[in-house]
Amino acid sequence: MREVYLDNSATTKVSEKAAKKATEMMEKIFGNPSSLHQKGFEAQKEVEKAKEIIAKEIGADTDEIYFTSGGTEANNLAILGAVNAMRRKGNKIVTSAIEHSSVYETCRYLESTGIQVVYLKSDITGRISKNQILSAIDEKTILVTMMMVNNEIGSILPVDQIRNCIEQKKSPAIFHVDAVQAFGKIPVKVSKLKADLISASAHKVHAPKGCGFLYKSKNTRIAPIFFGGEQQGKVRPGTEAASLIAAFGEAVSEFNLSENYGKVSNLRDYLMEELGKIEGVTINSSRDGIPYVVNFSTGKVKAETMLNFLSSKGIYVSGGSACAKGKKSRVLKNIGLLDEKITSSIRVSFSKYNSKQDIDDLIKYLKEGLSSFSGSN
Amino acid sequence: MKEIILVKIGEIVLKGLNRRNFEIQLIKNIKKKISKLGSFSLSISQSTITIMPENDNIDLDEATESLSTIFGIANYSKAAICKKELDDIKNTTHQYLKDTLSTVKTFKVETKRADKKFALKSPEISKEVGSYISEKFPNLSVNVNNPDIVVNIEIRDNHAFVRGNSTSGAGGVPIGMGIKAVSLISGGIDSPVASYMMAKRGVELIAVHFASPPYTSIRAKEKVERLVKKVSQYSGKVTLVIVPFTNIQEQIRENCREEYFTIIMRRFMMKISESIAQRYGGLALITGESLGQVASQTLEAIFCTNAGINLPIFRPLIGMDKEEIISIARKIDTFKISIEPYEDCCTIFTPKHPKTKPHLEDILAEEQKLEADALIGSALDNLEEIIVD
Repeated sequence: MREVYLDNSATTKVSEKAAKKATEMMEKIFGNPSSLHQKGFEAQKEVEKAKEIIAKEIGADTDEIYFTSGGTEANNLAILGAVNAMRRKGNKIVTSAIEHSSVYETCRYLESTGIQVVYLKSDITGRISKNQILSAIDEKTILVTMMMVNNEIGSILPVDQIRNCIEQKKSPAIFHVDAVQAFGKIPVKVSKLKADLISASAHKVHAPKGCGFLYKSKNTRIAPIFFGGEQQGKVRPGTEAASLIAAFGEAVSEFNLSENYGKVSNLRDYLMEELGKIEGVTINSSRDGIPYVVNFSTGKVKAETMLNFLSSKGIYVSGGSACAKGKKSRVLKNIGLLDEKITSSIRVSFSKYNSKQDIDDLIKYLKEGLSSFSGSN
Repeated sequence: MKEIILVKIGEIVLKGLNRRNFEIQLIKNIKKKISKLGSFSLSISQSTITIMPENDNIDLDEATESLSTIFGIANYSKAAICKKELDDIKNTTHQYLKDTLSTVKTFKVETKRADKKFALKSPEISKEVGSYISEKFPNLSVNVNNPDIVVNIEIRDNHAFVRGNSTSGAGGVPIGMGIKAVSLISGGIDSPVASYMMAKRGVELIAVHFASPPYTSIRAKEKVERLVKKVSQYSGKVTLVIVPFTNIQEQIRENCREEYFTIIMRRFMMKISESIAQRYGGLALITGESLGQVASQTLEAIFCTNAGINLPIFRPLIGMDKEEIISIARKIDTFKISIEPYEDCCTIFTPKHPKTKPHLEDILAEEQKLEADALIGSALDNLEEIIVD
């Protein structure tokens, strides 16, 4: 059976070079980067090399990159670290209502400790305006945290406007961008975002799971959330996951943003065109979003049923609604999608490895699923 | 100090002439459970099973803990062995129980004298040991009605045993006496609890699960396997039978009135389960129904579901509230698995307005629209069997 992987916002296949690097690290360059001997030094050099590649990619200095166990940890460190460092200056966070749960749940937790959180609502395609952000920020705001690209619907949020809003309002706020779904797909540049903190994850960009980074500008102070050794300037203590980090560096060195963007845009256009021909299907993603994510609703077939059916044909997509039994996606609910659209919503997410044939297969079985299981929603 | 485990057998003592068979089965079940921890010798007398480890590196705590899921045990505890001499009994009591005796406030001593030739009578031994404890632990006082610890002394033929409080066992009667029943498992909270409760009465389980791919996923099936695995901690080996159910559900949905969907579906489940019971030698069906819990469990609905089934249908949860069921589900550790949110055969195609007071004749009329025998036959021809142990 031909396998078609169209769930790249969940995770990606590790590139051959990155996998090789990880194996080489585990088998040969396995020293502890903090050890003083040759074996440790070799591992440290690999970590430094990866740091350089990543720093160069986002236009930062190498000592502004802190490796974490992934996107969730990077977001937790950014938000908790910023708030704990800033508590004396105010008590308000500005964020959006469509953040990833690693941001949303961390904010919910901070609310329980007395912090006020403003969750900005998006329009029905997941967009938020600069004006909304501007009017939410004030001099008591200590953190603005927002995703660059939404993971469920692919909308692009105006994070490049936030620095200007903070300055206009003379707010002391630290500014954090969750770039997990943007990094490796569209340019994530410190000079453009003017963010204090930026998070990203390795396994979304063809590197292994269990690794990510937080960019922290030199002038930004955050409190650590872990305590331990002297590693990474005590901002994130713990032995660096050298093999995963080196593989992450390898994967980033393979980035080819503009070529992949062009290729994936064509795939997106083709998919949208084909979906448009199927009666009853509505597309939830906006055309001005990222081409890597297409969210649509069949209206007639429950997402879980369609997902199981496609899976049995070797086609892997994601259900927009988290799971069965009434647990509906918070994000899709918050953008104002109707219930029957949420429960029948499917997310297709591309990577550089996808082809037109993948879409043809998807469409073929989507149609088959629609005719066999209509009415299950 | 040599330690052993003492197991008090439960309700089996009521079984009259069959009692010996039950005891043999219980010993067999205990052996099976603890044999992976090392070798033990087991003996029974005076409604007590003595488990003696045969070497010193056996983890007796783990062995004791593993008794908690064996039906037929009233209570159990570790005990120290000593010589049948009053001084040694006193010393052993002091050494063995001093950690507990120095933290609790009240105690009493109970003695059982199996060896009637022993010089002192039971109350005399209790009195001797009691005053010795009072002397060693002056902060302790005697409380005969509700003591923090009961110090138990047993005088046997060759040794004396000393132990503190015992732990309640799983109760019930031993599994393996050859009675089997088919339990319908959906993946929800109730059916694993119902299975557990019948296993407690000594019933071996054949579990039946209805799968409707692609409406239900591979994860829903795997979830049922994990639930059955939890129940098998108590029940021992379970044969899990997976019934392909997609076609039947689709046929009902396409041909029958929507408000009867769930009851007609459940009637199919019962009929298929009855055939499976015949195939596997089961003498009853087990369901997790609780009267009035949902639309398909009103008395009228249960009447219709039940009609036409010849085997007894056991519904051990019928009179229980959801909270009571959940507390058992937590105890047997199935709750967390049960609430994982995958679609199962009972959550798909659910009618918007199910009939809560269905009439059997209406349902039979609806079923006339289906090729019931062919549908059931085809499902029975394609069963999948998984052994869960």
